[in-house]
Amino acid sequence: MYAFNYVSPKTVRQAASALAKAADDGKLLAGGQTLLPTMKQRLASPGVLIDLAKVDGLSGIELKGRSLVIGAMTKHADVATSEVVKQAIPGLAALAGEIGDPAVRNRGTIGGSIANNDPAADYPAAALALNATIVTNKRKIPADQFFTGLFETALEPGEIVVKVSFPIPSRAAYAKFRNPASRYAMVGVFVAKRGGDVRVTVTGAGASGVFRAPALEEALKKRFSPKSLEGVTVPATGLNGDIHASADYRAHLIVVMAKRAVAAAIAK
Amino acid sequence: MASVSMTVNGKSVTGNVDPRTLLVQFLRENLRLTGTHVGCDTSQCGACVVHVDGRAVKSCTTLAVSCDGAHVTTIEGLANGTELHPMQAAFREHHGLQCGFCTPGMIMTAVDMVNRKGSNLDEHTIREELEGNICRCTGYHNIVKAVAAGAQAMASTGQKVAAE
Repeated sequence: MYAFNYVSPKTVRQAASALAKAADDGKLLAGGQTLLPTMKQRLASPGVLIDLAKVDGLSGIELKGRSLVIGAMTKHADVATSEVVKQAIPGLAALAGEIGDPAVRNRGTIGGSIANNDPAADYPAAALALNATIVTNKRKIPADQFFTGLFETALEPGEIVVKVSFPIPSRAAYAKFRNPASRYAMVGVFVAKRGGDVRVTVTGAGASGVFRAPALEEALKKRFSPKSLEGVTVPATGLNGDIHASADYRAHLIVVMAKRAVAAAIAK
Repeated sequence: MASVSMTVNGKSVTGNVDPRTLLVQFLRENLRLTGTHVGCDTSQCGACVVHVDGRAVKSCTTLAVSCDGAHVTTIEGLANGTELHPMQAAFREHHGLQCGFCTPGMIMTAVDMVNRKGSNLDEHTIREELEGNICRCTGYHNIVKAVAAGAQAMASTGQKVAAE
């Protein structure tokens, strides 16, 4: 890991000003479960590391009206075990409980996962399927506009994710097919039904990161059942193909995992 | 350099470190607590697991400066003098190790597991919860037995984490 200057602000405002001061050379440290390994491999070498650990008010889970609001620095383990999350969106608690391993879940954060937008990360699929709003220190960004590509988001320089607000769905679940070695999602599908609307998102498979699967959404809008997906296909164009799975295999797997997710959503 | 203070195994410690110092380096090299191991150094193997404020974390993927003000427990903090912690005793009793390299991390993970999930751990739960700890010798069989027995022993002695 290359040397850096370390800053530990106490407020979002201080963090934002440190980030602005560092210009292109600054990075925010949330749980560090992706950033620190990346820095150890020297794939990232920020000159200034701004640690959000001691910033007040970035952690916590609360219900606000018909939305579940989760602070950016809330750990995966806390989302997974929260009674509030389990009641409101059990599929989201289950997703958080399947990220990495127990020790990683004790440090990794929802804000870090979403801001990093790793193409195999789990949370972006949930945020996009649940039509979440990402609240930053500057504005509110709908998930549809937030995830813009591989490790790319709509976040501007100096912008910090503060919390994520999830409208509570009537049914939702996530089904992940893990790479047996890396344990990252080879294909992960999140389905969410809210009133007559159904959203289906896919992580792990897309060459440009998380995406919605309109063909699956349309089929499930007619009837929210795994049977509705019989015979429905997803095109392999734009999907990853590598030594682990070809694009065609991933396309097939998306429908399989979507069926499992729908079955899980109905069972809850 | 950055100043860092934390409580490790019940003792206050302070250090002046390069900010890029990992928690595991701080423990091993500054404090000479070499029970915590570095296995893969890529947050997969779990040989470096310690407890920070009561939660198991991978100390190779945590900066020492991020733990300023924290309470850290390492494998050295579990035993009560010469009396092994029940989880340590169970690993010995059930031969839950061969080379022993992964054992400190296994035991810290196991104690965290009991703290979160209670003492009645079935085999499936133990295997799932050990996902982040890799052993290259045992095939996990005896480790799983040791964790189950250690969990029961922790309940009967009323012990949670450590003497701290």
